[in-house]
Amino acid sequence: MTFRFRHLLGIEPLKADDIRTILDLADQYVDLSRGASKHSDVLAGLTQINMFFEASTRTQASFEIAGKRLGADVMNMSMQASSLKKGETLIDTALTLNAMHPDLLVVRHPQSGAVDLLAQKVNCAVLNAGDGRHEHPTQALLDALTIRRAKGRLHRLTVAICGDIAHSRVARSNILLLGRMENRVRLIGPATLIPAKAVEFGVEVYEDMREGLAGADVVMMLRLQKERMDGGFIPSEREYYHRFGLDAEKLAHAREDAIVMHPGPMNRGVEIDGTLADDINRSVIQEQVEMGVAVRMAAMDLLARNLRAERAAGGIHV
Amino acid sequence: MRTLFGNARLIDPEAGSDAPGWLLVEGARILATGTGEPPPAGTVIDCGGHCLAPGIVDIGVKVCEPGERHKESFGSAGAAAAAGGVTTMVTRPDTTPAIDTPEVLEFVTRRARDASPVRIKPMAALTKGREGREMVEIGFLLDAGAVAFTDGDRVIENTKVLSRAMTYARSLGALVIAHPQDPGLSHGACATSGKFASLRGLPAVSPMAERMALDRDLALVEMTGVRYHADQITTARALPALDRAKSNGRDVTAGVSIHHLTLNELDVGDYRTFFKVKPPLRAETDRVALVGAVASGLIDVISSMHTPQDEESKRLPYEAAASGAVALETLLPASLRLYHAGAIDLPRLWRALSLNPSRRLGLETGRLAPGAPADLVWFDADAPFVLDRFALRSKSKNTPFDGARMQGRVLGTWVAGARVFGKG
Repeated sequence: MTFRFRHLLGIEPLKADDIRTILDLADQYVDLSRGASKHSDVLAGLTQINMFFEASTRTQASFEIAGKRLGADVMNMSMQASSLKKGETLIDTALTLNAMHPDLLVVRHPQSGAVDLLAQKVNCAVLNAGDGRHEHPTQALLDALTIRRAKGRLHRLTVAICGDIAHSRVARSNILLLGRMENRVRLIGPATLIPAKAVEFGVEVYEDMREGLAGADVVMMLRLQKERMDGGFIPSEREYYHRFGLDAEKLAHAREDAIVMHPGPMNRGVEIDGTLADDINRSVIQEQVEMGVAVRMAAMDLLARNLRAERAAGGIHV
Repeated sequence: MRTLFGNARLIDPEAGSDAPGWLLVEGARILATGTGEPPPAGTVIDCGGHCLAPGIVDIGVKVCEPGERHKESFGSAGAAAAAGGVTTMVTRPDTTPAIDTPEVLEFVTRRARDASPVRIKPMAALTKGREGREMVEIGFLLDAGAVAFTDGDRVIENTKVLSRAMTYARSLGALVIAHPQDPGLSHGACATSGKFASLRGLPAVSPMAERMALDRDLALVEMTGVRYHADQITTARALPALDRAKSNGRDVTAGVSIHHLTLNELDVGDYRTFFKVKPPLRAETDRVALVGAVASGLIDVISSMHTPQDEESKRLPYEAAASGAVALETLLPASLRLYHAGAIDLPRLWRALSLNPSRRLGLETGRLAPGAPADLVWFDADAPFVLDRFALRSKSKNTPFDGARMQGRVLGTWVAGARVFGKG
């Protein structure tokens, strides 16, 4: 088992084996997290900084718990209120932080590519916690782990991703990951929310949700951002719910044992029916949250191993 | 004082010839060209069999004076131009403040005369402050030396304003240059819509936005009869509209930037902001169509769209980074890529680089004929080199060709018979 990467910036560079490596280790961390003592020392002595340039509760908490369970010293920085307001550039912020010798830097940023840029300027491991509309790799990995545990496999499944694909980094990372693991990926949504040339990603695109759900093993709903609702991309919330909201009737077109996923936070009654979201026989939304912690523990563990190995070899100056 | 350029490969875009010969200069002008035994002269330059062509006339150079002299000055841009074989820079008015009054234009002309070794022909804004509301003093600005009127990459959204400015410009015979991009569709975009932009998660604009704006402008040209030049046509879809307007006898020409002829959207790679230009780089199919259009003459002009940006404005996330690339020194070797690829011969290439822009602006340059100004570039079309951006003479180093393998070295540049670049 080897994991070759310095950073986790996206799913794009990962091969199927890399993905399996992360998920296998994450399985072990699920057991640890469910055990009596939820603690390990694999990150002891390392400093983890969570830098969020965009509001987040769930992802930030998940990374924080993951780091703490592995014994890292974790610090949260909410960057909206901080130096950017004072005109500091992203690179200067990165250099300032770098001088504090962090080992793991978890970054979320509203602009695509910003985390890549930051990773070029620091000498620690960087984890992308979401950049613009580009990628959100740990979300795709936690989705993959949830699917693998629920379905017993992560290949030859039909996965329907529904909603605002165009603005979703979750969708991009999932399309890449599920494609790499040889699944059949369908995108369902109004044409205004499907990215240009989406079929060139090797996916099928549906504008009729019932057709798109037919025979699906996994139904992955995406959050519809409030600011997209009023006339800009879709005519109204109620028309959207009518055509693309997931309810029991539409779900009946999927396979009988299809699972329902959502990256959260949910808009009940906009993209998903509340009762369905709470149906423990169909919905794995709570499992996704649990898997999120495990996947992030695994990713940070693997990156920290590489970091330590590189430092031992004199590769990275600290 | 006569200077003989002997043993040269003369590239004459007007005659369409590429042949060995000699060229004789007297004072600031070309006296004669010929083959065989050259006439005697006070100074003799042995061109060593390398190319001698009219100097490049570059429409759309941004010199950041006034306003942002730390990015580029007339001195630094002029030195870069001389080193790149550009003998006339046609400068853009998108400075701070905009060049929209005869007073600002006179400042530019004075600075240019003092600091630049190559000729400067300034363009002026078409509307005050480039705000798209009121036309500038087109008459006064023409008298002060403006060669064309353009709001640069700002599109005049109000059709009424544009139609009046065009009508007024037509009555004075002024050339209007526009940037055809539908402002609504292209708002906020920094990539061309397609698989690559979708993968990178970048806000993108359909290539159709260019054709839509060009169609609008061409309708206004038909309405007003103005002399019109599109600064950059960068998509295959806009070409049929351009072709139709030309075959209908409209006074219309079009340009393209060297970057859209030699790079495509995939070159952006992992968010490399030095490849962020306006309009954004296009698909490879567009690039190939554009090269064909330059070769056929449908696109008249190749320009550098030289746009200096400092490191600070480029070292940002892609969406936030500034657009534009410096290109005065890379225009010639990058253009030669088309020649080395067998897409175009040198006389045709030099039509787009020198003769056509000269004619469009009513300049005497761009020719090797007796009586034409002795604005010349002597270059080795084959000499290979690897570009180092820090060796550029521009104050700003934002070139997409850093580390690129290129062919074509300028050996000497002359403006009005005086040597401005090269040894001797």
